[in-house]
Amino acid sequence: MPVLAYACASALASPASAHAFLDHASPAVGSTVHAPPAQVKLWFTQKLEPAFSKAQVTDSSGKRVDQADARVDDGDRTVLTVSLPQLAPGRYRVKWRVLSVDTHVTEGDYSFDVAR
Amino acid sequence: MNTKNRRSIATPLTLVAAATAVLSAESAAAHGLAGKRFFPATLATDDPFVADELSLPTIESRKMPASGDEAATRETSYSVDVSKRLTDNLGVGFGAVYLVLQPDGSDTQRGFDNLAASIKYKFYQNDERETILSAGVDWDIGGSGAKRVGAESFSTLTPALFFGKGFGDLPESMKFMRPLAVTGLVGLGIPTRSGTTSTSDEGEVSVERHPHTLEWGFAVEYSLPYLQSFVQDVGLREPFSRMIPIVEFAMSTALDRGASGTTGTVNPGIIWAGRYAQLAVEAVIPVNNRSGNRVGWIAQLHFFLDDLFPATIGRPVFGR
Repeated sequence: MPVLAYACASALASPASAHAFLDHASPAVGSTVHAPPAQVKLWFTQKLEPAFSKAQVTDSSGKRVDQADARVDDGDRTVLTVSLPQLAPGRYRVKWRVLSVDTHVTEGDYSFDVAR
Repeated sequence: MNTKNRRSIATPLTLVAAATAVLSAESAAAHGLAGKRFFPATLATDDPFVADELSLPTIESRKMPASGDEAATRETSYSVDVSKRLTDNLGVGFGAVYLVLQPDGSDTQRGFDNLAASIKYKFYQNDERETILSAGVDWDIGGSGAKRVGAESFSTLTPALFFGKGFGDLPESMKFMRPLAVTGLVGLGIPTRSGTTSTSDEGEVSVERHPHTLEWGFAVEYSLPYLQSFVQDVGLREPFSRMIPIVEFAMSTALDRGASGTTGTVNPGIIWAGRYAQLAVEAVIPVNNRSGNRVGWIAQLHFFLDDLFPATIGRPVFGR
């Protein structure tokens, strides 16, 4: 039983490892913003490997619109940001593919709208 | 050990491993991932994934109805199941169940049910469509359990097809259905003995026939993590943002040898999926009188070994 209890405690204590899933984002997933955002900021559940963690933003026609400078935050390696130019009103899609520090790859995407 | 120093040593090794992972185009293929879809491990129905995982324990309690000479019995089981990847797509599993049977008006019986072994091969995965298919065989090892708790003296082999499908590819107009997913299986239970003959104290000979059975079931789940991360941030935070409401349907239909009919349960419940483990609890509702007449329950603690031990027992034995 002590072994089981230790395993449970270790598993549920959630130190920094395992798959990196998106925790939340700015602009928020599925949201509508009234002022064009200067960047997209993604918070993950795990620390990321900067060299293999990318994000990009496309418009409704599929054209890439971000500044191609996706980077993991030096001070908080769970955060990935990518800069944006002045966005016109419309729908945009954020796509990411990240590698957590223990080499698990995860990917995903979501949309947000810039209101007129 | 100093954490900072350990990190500085580990980083170059991690980068090598990271490069290998990226260059091999091996997206996360471990426990229940197809594209961006995370499928949780299910309790009553086997899922289609080949993974390194450990269920310890699974506890189930049900009141079984009286049948023939057998009194109604409270049946409580304590199970352990472990699955191990041999390669990325091929895995094996082992399971053991300790049973406590409390018949109305009789003494309690305790002992192990037959051991189980299984092998599973994932032959199709489409990340974009969040679809996965696999095939496998389960072997209930006859004679390995205790007769006093009803462990059969013969084996049962169950070849089965497993499937998983997430609905993240639904159109924008149905975006709130995208967190839905279904997993399930269809299998054929093949007993290695067609019947068992027994003789009573009075010399009466009786034959219990063992039919082939269609083992089928599915799980319908609505992933709140998927809703939050890919569809719409509705403001959920932990623990609710990691919860997956689920309903499982686990059925068995007798096909021949004088037997007929379906028994099974419908299990509504909820799963909380953490980084290294998941917790789940479900009600166990019999679908008919033959399956039981009272609601039971099942609960499970399930560990993701590939996340807990990514460099050792959490990786395939061969390859990578």
